[in-house]
Formats: sequence, C-alpha cells, structure tokens
Amino acid sequence: MAYTEEELKKELETKEYEYGFYTDIESDTFPVGLNEDVIRKISEKKEEPEWMTQWRLEAYENFKEMTEPEWANVNYKKPDLQAISYYSAPKTKPKYESLDEVDPELLNTFDKLGISLEEQKKLAGVAVDIVIDSVSVATTFKETLAEKGIVFCSISEAIQKHPELVKKYIGTVIPPKDNYYAALNSAVFTDGSFCYIPKGVRCPMELSTYFRINQAGTGQFERTLVIADESSYVSYLEGCTAPSRDENQLHAAVVELIAMDDAEIKYSTVQNWYPGDKDGKGGVFNFVTKRGLCHTRSKISWTQVETGSAVTWKYPSCILKGDHSIGEFYSIAVTNNYQQADTGTKMVHLGKNTRSTIISKGISAGKSQNSYRGLVQVGARAKNARNFSQCDSLLMGNDCGAHTFPYIEAKSNSAQIEHEATTSKIGEDQIFYCNQRGIDTEKAIALIVNGFSKEVLNKLPMEFAVEAQKLLEISLEGSVG
Amino acid sequence: MEFKEKLISSYLAFEEDMDLSDSVHDTRAEALKVFEEKGFPTKRDEAWKYTSLDSLIREDYALFPKSEASIELKDVKKYFLYDTDTYKVIFIDGVYSPFLSNTTHDGLDVCLMSAALTKPKYRDLINTYFNKIAPGDDSLTALNTSYAKEGAYVYIPKNSVAEKPIEIIHFSSGNEEALWLQPRNLVVVDKNSQVQIIERHQSLTEHPVVTNSVTEIYVHQEAFVDYYKLQNDLPTASLIDNTYITQEKKSHASVHTFALGGKLIRNNLRFYHKGEHILSTLKGVTILEGKQHVDHSTLVHHSQPNCESHQDYKGIFSERSEGVFNGQILVDKIAQKTNAFQQNNNVLLDDKATVNSKPQLEIFADDVKCSHGCTIGQMDEEALFYLRTRGIPKKEAKALMTYAFANNVLESVQLPSLKKRINGQIARKLGVNLGFEL
Repeated sequence: MAYTEEELKKELETKEYEYGFYTDIESDTFPVGLNEDVIRKISEKKEEPEWMTQWRLEAYENFKEMTEPEWANVNYKKPDLQAISYYSAPKTKPKYESLDEVDPELLNTFDKLGISLEEQKKLAGVAVDIVIDSVSVATTFKETLAEKGIVFCSISEAIQKHPELVKKYIGTVIPPKDNYYAALNSAVFTDGSFCYIPKGVRCPMELSTYFRINQAGTGQFERTLVIADESSYVSYLEGCTAPSRDENQLHAAVVELIAMDDAEIKYSTVQNWYPGDKDGKGGVFNFVTKRGLCHTRSKISWTQVETGSAVTWKYPSCILKGDHSIGEFYSIAVTNNYQQADTGTKMVHLGKNTRSTIISKGISAGKSQNSYRGLVQVGARAKNARNFSQCDSLLMGNDCGAHTFPYIEAKSNSAQIEHEATTSKIGEDQIFYCNQRGIDTEKAIALIVNGFSKEVLNKLPMEFAVEAQKLLEISLEGSVG
Repeated sequence: MEFKEKLISSYLAFEEDMDLSDSVHDTRAEALKVFEEKGFPTKRDEAWKYTSLDSLIREDYALFPKSEASIELKDVKKYFLYDTDTYKVIFIDGVYSPFLSNTTHDGLDVCLMSAALTKPKYRDLINTYFNKIAPGDDSLTALNTSYAKEGAYVYIPKNSVAEKPIEIIHFSSGNEEALWLQPRNLVVVDKNSQVQIIERHQSLTEHPVVTNSVTEIYVHQEAFVDYYKLQNDLPTASLIDNTYITQEKKSHASVHTFALGGKLIRNNLRFYHKGEHILSTLKGVTILEGKQHVDHSTLVHHSQPNCESHQDYKGIFSERSEGVFNGQILVDKIAQKTNAFQQNNNVLLDDKATVNSKPQLEIFADDVKCSHGCTIGQMDEEALFYLRTRGIPKKEAKALMTYAFANNVLESVQLPSLKKRINGQIARKLGVNLGFEL
C-alpha cells in the first residue's frame, strides 16, 4: 500500500527528539541572575587575569545600553536574562589523563549521540574538544597537534597559557559592542575553543568540538577563536545537540575567525539543538554571531547544516579585507514543526579582486518559517569584486513559509554581482518518475532532498557529511509530499 | 519652523476652504493625525534604508502658490505626447488649467478630483473608492490624503474602451521660490474595460519642487489598465510617487516607470489582488547621471490563487548617481499556483555610482513558482570590442548595448509614440543618434 502524505506527516509529528536525554552529573551551578558580581565571579572561577575581567565588565557596560534586536523575521518570547544561571560546570571538575577516568555517565551520553571517543580517536583521526555545559572536559590528540606547534584548547586554558594571543585577537573581529547577544556573550562567556595554527602549518586533522547543553535553565555562552597564521590551513568542525527541555534555553555564542595572509580556514557546523516538540513547546534559542576576517589572499569557508533549535538567528559572515581574499558560505537550513530560522550571511568586500560565493538551501516543513537574510556589500575601493549568490527554498506542506531577504549594495563599477533565488515544492512528476522506477515515495523524497542539498553537503568534511545526511533524514522523515 | 510643523499648522488654513460637514473631511483630519504622529520616514525605517528625505525637508516650500501661473501652449507643447487625440488633464502648480486640458464626460469621465470630491453626483463613487486602498499608516500617503484636493479623476464604465490615451501632466511654473505639491489621482476601471494612461511631472524652471503624489487605481473584473510613468524632470525636482492598485479577477494591470531624471525619485508601487487569474506587470527603466537618486519600492501581494506577476527593472547608473530597488513579493497561504517573477539588473558605468538592491520573497504557500534574480555589473568589454571591430564607434556601441539592455522593458510599451519618445530620450542621454528605432 502506498504511504500517504497524511501518514508521513503523522509519523513525523510524533517523532520525538532522538537526542533528548539528560545526563545526571553533579553540576556546580551559579544562582540565577546577571549582574557585575556574577561576571566577576565567573572570571574568578576561571582564574582569569585582571585584563580579562575588565574586558568582560566593559562588555557588560555596553550590553546594558543595548536592546534586543527585533528586525529578524522570527517570533518568540524574549528570554528573561535574569532567570538564567550563567555558570554551570560539572562539579568534580574533571581533568582526565585518559578516557578511563571519565565519568561513565558522560561517556554514555556520547555513545547515545553516536560519537564514541575511543572510536573517533582510533578511526576518524578527529581531535575532539568536548564542551559540556560550558567547561571543556576532554581534549584529545593534543600531543600530535602540539608537535606542529598548533594550539588547540579550551578558551579558558588559552587565557591562562597564551594570554598574549588571546589578548591580541579576542574581540577584534566581533567587538564586544557589536550587537546585543555578542555583548552578552563577551560579558559572561564561560568556555569555548581556541585554536592557533602557526605560520606555514597545515593542520593534519579535522579539529572538532561538540557542544551540548545539559543542565536545565543554563544559558550556553561559548566563545570560539580560531587564528590561522600566514600560509596555514585548518578545517574546524563544530557540532551541537541539547537534551529535551520544556523551557526555552538560550544559546548565544560568538565565533571569531582570523585568516592571515595566504591562510585558509574551513569552518563547518552541524547544529542540532533541541527544536521543541511538535506543538512548538520548548527548544533552544540559538542567537549566534559568527564572523571571519580575511587578510590578503586568504580564504574563509563557512559550511552549516542547521536542523535544530526552536529559533535560529545566525549569520556567519566574512570581512574580505585583504586583496584577493575569498569568502564562501554554504548552508542548509531545515525547519519543521514550529521551528523558526532566520539565517544567512554577510559578505563585505573591502579589498581588491575579492570573491565570494553564497549557496543557501532552505527546506521548510510542518508549521515552520525559514528565512534567508544576506548582505553582499562592495565598498568603493573593492575593485573587481565578484559575488555569486543562490538561495533556493523548498516548501513541504501548506503551513510553512520560506522567505528571502537579500541586501545587495554596490559602490564600485567594476563589481560583478549575481543573485538568484527560487522557491518551489517537490514536483509530483519527479516523485512519479521515481515511483515508476520502483522507488517508494519516501525514498524518492529523500533522494530529491538529497539532490537539492548536495551542493552544500559536498562541502562538508567526510566525517560530518555522514552525520549531516542522517540529520536531514531524521528532520524531514515523512514530512514531504 | 521645521517643515513638518509648517505642514501641520498650514492645515488649518487649508481647512477653511473645505466643507467641514463632508465625510472626506474626517478622512483628511484622521490622515493628518497619522502624519503628525509618524512624521517623515527616516533611514531608520527599513523601507527607507537607502533613501533619505533629509536634504528635501530641510528646505522650506510654499504649499499654496500665491499667484495663478499661466503658461503658453507653445512653451509646453513639447511635453505632450500627442498634440491632439488624447484626453489631457493638465495642472500648473497644482491648479487645473482648463486652457491646456481636454477633459470629457462623454461615456467616460476624465475630469478633476476636486469636482469628484465636491459634487453630489460623485458622492457614491468617492465613498466607495476614495482612500480605500491607500494604507492609513503610511506617513507620506497620509500627508497627501490630508491635503487631498486636486488631481485627475478617471472613471471608465463597464464594457468600454477609452479610445484615446489619457495624459496627466503636472507642470510647475517656477512662480514660487520652492514648491511642495500633493496631487491626488483616482482611476476606476469598471468590468471589462480598458484604458491607457500616461502620467508626467515637469518643472519649467530650476526652482526646487517636491511632488508627493498618491494615485489609487481600481481594476475591476476582466479590465485592463496600462499605466506609464514618465519621470524625466529637471535635476532640481523631486518626486515621491505612491501608487496603489487593486485588481479583481481576471484583470490585468501593467505599470511602466521610466525614471530618467530628477533630484530624488521614490516610487512606491503596490499591487493587491482580490480575485483569481490576475496578471500584474511592473516594469521600469532607470537611467541616471549626476547626483540623481531613484528608489523603486514595489510590492505585489498575492492573496488569491492562480495569479501571476512579472517584475522587470533595469538600471543604468553613471557619475555619482544612486539606484535603489526594493522589491517585495508576498504570497499568502491560500495563494496556491502563484507564479511570481522578479528581475533587477543594473549596470554601473562610473566608479562613484551606487546600487542598493533588496529583492525579497515572502512565501507561505507551497505550490508556487517564485523566483527573483538580481545582477550588478558593467558593460561587457568583449561585446563592446566585437562591435568596434565591426566598425561601430565606441559611443554608438555603448548606446547599442544600453538599448539592448533596456529593450525587454521597452518592447512591452503599447503606445508607439511613447516608445519613440523614450527611445529618443535615451539616445539624447547617451549623446548618440543611431539613425534607427528599436
């Protein structure tokens, strides 16, 4: 019997968040609320030097002046920032020498997520810096990296051990007063990753971090800083999941990338925060600021697969400051049920002969809203700037929406900019063609969606591509017709 | 006194000549309140992100011209599309000029808004149509509504075709140092009827003039409205044009905007659909130089199934000119089988020229075909070279390519003499005579 659209829909709606479990680890959590004392206490807890504390406080001063942005095409109840605990760390602050010492509960968590540390260590060759509720608990492969002079550690460790690097670069791409959530993050960030690739070094493996919000009522404010020195190369992977929780959890991260002359950074994200249940209850608010700065002849490439979060507000951007620099943005955003996503990129062309490519694929199903919002800006001095943008949206069902808000600003007559966008649904003839060849409707849809997203999936590193494909399947299973 | 204050306080003087017991008066008073509250839009308003009115409203303008200006036919004849054979509604400094006009009540109404607003026989029509689609919360439209008094009124009854095109021309004589005009037009095309309208604003001297115009167009079932806006004014004249069009089922409305000159031009063009199988066409050619600024802001709101819309805007910008395109396509959940297309192509000829483009799609229905495309580039050097190898001089080669670029829009112009005139204007702008017409 044929699998009808109704059945597919039903199955999808009842599909629970597969990663919704809660790890019972004793946590050391601050009382709720946000004020100067909390910031000082975070800083103290992290044993940070005085300049860092001052930097945080300055950010907080700026933050107090700001109001929450409202221009995004999303609708939600604003989180009460005073009702959040700004610090939550596993109590027994584990500093493991080997995996055997790790709390078995924690290991279980990772097993359920499908990332076994041992396996990854052996097979994938991925160094994983795992962040659970703000504190980095395990870093692997450190020695191999250290041999090459690569620094890959948690940002708190970097503040202790490499203060000169952190001090020099933190906040240079995203200044603390950049926007509301960046300011908040700058004031209260608890952990995150730091990566420095020295001159001329090609990082031998994919660096990766896993974020997970665990404790109820805690906001996740991590800060990532990646610096690729001259002629170096690094590929950085970031994955996120959060257990099922009914109240909305806030996630306001800041990611700064700096590519020096001739360097290349490839930054891939698979975001799978808890999207809320089928009635739109719960889910994570994902308000992230990501930006990269490109010096001469350097390249920054963002790839993202966004399938989770109740509300997403995220615009990984490239400032193409150096001549001949390249910015890329590849994105798949999938929304289902009551999810809302407002995501896109900014490509700011400042240097001569700069190039950028934007490929964005939005898939909306259920009662979700999916927006692309992008800016391509060519300054007066950016001679021969080149941009190509393509945004395609796929609508599944009649209760969802797909929106495109591109901003294109050109001040140079040698600029060449192309933008195109389409919106459509999966053609009945396409499905019919597949049916005719013995492929059932659901498989056909998976096939078509896969083809639709292929341009972006192809840009993901091998290890991630598999997971991303799996995520796409989970998020969309049965929702189409 | 700030100009906004002046506009608000002058309203009392304006009111004195009006019939206060009239329902239109309530509409005016209400609109003034909206303007008073909202004021002029600023760059902080998303819809005005790229266009600032600051430089305009810093100055002071006369709202009511003191002396009646008269102009000779021979001085303005060149601005008419046809000497005869058109209905003409001509205004000088906002005042109707019976001498230059050619109105009619024979079968169809081509006459004055002031007559329609005051005479009892038009009462029902005014109650049905006046200020019904112009949004109440738009501050500039509200400003126009509060001073709504004069403009063109066109009514085409059922099953009839306006045999001659209608020309609506607003001249400013330069009698005033600076003038602020607020014409209000109303066009109603009843079932199964057709009309062609050409609208133009022209200043005769270099005294600054700002026109804040509102036009409401009602297109009934199976009717066809073909509207042309010719914006080729002096570099001291500015225009804020607000045009609202509502369409009933199986109707077709087409608006061509030729923005060829002016200090600042803002076109707010809004299409609303009230039935199925509607076709809407929005096309524009913008050719600017100097420090001119043109902002096209369009909206097509697809609120019914099986409708189609086409937007095609071409822009050519030289020297320090600035172009803005802000196109919005809205497709409601029930508007299945919508086909909506939007295209914006721009050529930047000089290094100081700027283009800001924001083509937006907001789609809530799944079975639709919607797309938009936007490009910014320059003349293809290789194509230019090719033409020159064939013995065509550089200037002519460039003109030829400009024509080709704008031709998509030009070829859908239904009036041959209008097409000829626009071709001529483009040729003059480019300083060439190609010796043939496209």
